[in-house]
Amino acid sequence: MSTTESTNGALLSLRGITKRFGPVQALSDVTFDIPAGQVTALIGDNGAGKSSLIKTIAGLWQPDGGEMLWEGKPIRNSGPRETEEMGIKTIYQDLALCDNLDIVQNMFLGHEKLRHRQLDEDTMEVRARQTLKDLSVTTVRSIRQPVASLSGGQRQSVAVAKALINDAKLVIMDEPTAALGVAQTRMVLDVIKTLSGRGVAVLVISHNLNDIFEVADRIAVLYLGHLAVSGPATDFNRQNAVEYMTTGNATASAGAA
Amino acid sequence: MSTPPAEIEPTEGSEQALSDAELKTAAPEVLANTLGEYLEAWWRRIKGGESGALPVLIGLIAIGAFFTIENGEFLSDGNLVALFIEASIYIVIGAAETFILLLSEIDLSLGYGVGVGGFIIAELIAPPVNFPWWLGIIGGVVAMGLFGLLQGMLITQLGLPSFIVTLGGQLGLLGIMLELAIVDPTAVGGVIDVNSGPINDLTGKSMSPGLGWIAMIVCVAIFAAVSLGRNRSRRSRGLHTTPQGVTVLTIAAVAIAGVVLMYICNGDRSHLGVIEGMPWVIPFVLIIILAYSWLLSHTRTGRYIYAVGNNPEAARRAGINVKWIVTFGFIISSATAALAGLIYISQLGSVSTDIDGGTLVMYAVASAVVGGTALFGGRGRMVNALLGGFVISVVYNGLAIMGVSPAVEDMATAVVLLAAVSLDAIVRRRAIVR
Repeated sequence: MSTTESTNGALLSLRGITKRFGPVQALSDVTFDIPAGQVTALIGDNGAGKSSLIKTIAGLWQPDGGEMLWEGKPIRNSGPRETEEMGIKTIYQDLALCDNLDIVQNMFLGHEKLRHRQLDEDTMEVRARQTLKDLSVTTVRSIRQPVASLSGGQRQSVAVAKALINDAKLVIMDEPTAALGVAQTRMVLDVIKTLSGRGVAVLVISHNLNDIFEVADRIAVLYLGHLAVSGPATDFNRQNAVEYMTTGNATASAGAA
Repeated sequence: MSTPPAEIEPTEGSEQALSDAELKTAAPEVLANTLGEYLEAWWRRIKGGESGALPVLIGLIAIGAFFTIENGEFLSDGNLVALFIEASIYIVIGAAETFILLLSEIDLSLGYGVGVGGFIIAELIAPPVNFPWWLGIIGGVVAMGLFGLLQGMLITQLGLPSFIVTLGGQLGLLGIMLELAIVDPTAVGGVIDVNSGPINDLTGKSMSPGLGWIAMIVCVAIFAAVSLGRNRSRRSRGLHTTPQGVTVLTIAAVAIAGVVLMYICNGDRSHLGVIEGMPWVIPFVLIIILAYSWLLSHTRTGRYIYAVGNNPEAARRAGINVKWIVTFGFIISSATAALAGLIYISQLGSVSTDIDGGTLVMYAVASAVVGGTALFGGRGRMVNALLGGFVISVVYNGLAIMGVSPAVEDMATAVVLLAAVSLDAIVRRRAIVR
């Protein structure tokens, strides 16, 4: 992984991103930065454009206007494959894990190491174990367990480890704690913090303000397709965050611009 | 806010109790560090209803005991060797269907694939073509492989269900087989004789007992050396290893199976003169199973078959060419059906349009599923087909020895198949309930 930053300090900069579906304006003029080594939280009410924005960043959709700068250089017509290769990994809620394969096999799926044209299980297992250790994922009994036997938090951690082992520079996580209990949520939040501590940029989409305030370094609020506000997490409190999400404005501003 | 928590050493293999989810889904060797732990995990899995090959083995012993009581002839060397040869076709088509079931598809055309494959091989080596035997085999395998490619393309490119495509394929192959018999002037009444030394010898001739013993001992020794060597190298690198006791027991089991096989095959099974030794078809089938096992466990293609069978969307997002993997499965299964056709024509010394592809395809599915391959994708191994094909032939052979009518034979086989599929469904339901 790399901590390369562009001159303005952002790994990914969104500049006036616009996305239209016929008459529906899904995103209008969205501008904010995602710096490396920090957790940026993307929050907003249902229909605010969070999913549209991550699909655009992930390369599934092309924006109708504006531009995205990756390490300072504009991204042009980049599909999901190219976006992945640049180091942008998106973890959707379904996690895209194969239940019947073990942790190592899942982490290297599609990127298996070969030796003498055969799968090099030893090398993959060593690297997988190191990556889990790097993420301080310590609760799995064996990395040769099938993913089906893991808890929700462990599965989420494996998905993060899979992104990290494939050279993620920016990990986008869609509602990572939505279906998890208290202890499991704790585990995932710790993994997110460790991940950003290793210089990886993390963009988290969540409804859960408790989780957001715990992990986020920066917060961006979407309201009806445009950016209501973005700034350091310290500029926000629970009350103005909710106001931004529901009205696009805050009366009792805690200092957010 | 982003300070990482203190580094903690991973507590892999921790003493914390095994959860139900772990017991149900993880193989015991994954969870255990010692033989004792292995046996405990294994026992708890059996109690939890996840018993692997055990019910099949118990069923096999029970069925075998029943037939032996009914007719002592069942356990004779002669009958057991006949049973092995009979089983070889079921094992090979079971292996073919295993690829397809792992992909969570179904191939109903395999039965007549055996027939068409057999016909093509027989016609290529007979006049007027007169190919050498090996070229005939290659011709049959390639032709069926192309047929598999066609089915695979229809399924993946047009997005048609494999059930329908291969149901059509079954009828198409039956038609092709009849047509082949009509246009071939040497096919008398839809029958072509096979007069090729090597092909007839596959099931007709045996290794000499001495060669059989040597081959068996060498194979077991290689297996032992490879598994122990791999264990040692992995342990020295601190990687996950199967407990040494389990490895030793596995090697012992393979050695015992080899000795029993040799003992049965090397007994004189003729009432007149001497017939002894292991029929060549047995190593032929074992090599196929070994090669396919290697393909599934040691290559990317094999890994992707499991991934696609379980979660095609995850596989696609991982950059895997899902359409190609599915197409590949249909190519290799059809090509493998031609190999089963080879065994079939070797056994009969001829090939006729009477071949019952409908029953054969049921045996293909049954062999795979009875052995433990899931009907719903992603779970199973090639060894399952070996075990399952053996069970099917034991049932058929035993019923034949008892002298029951073909009608009863068919009904009994249907019951065995349904029992196996029910078991699979029950295990699956448990897994979902979790």
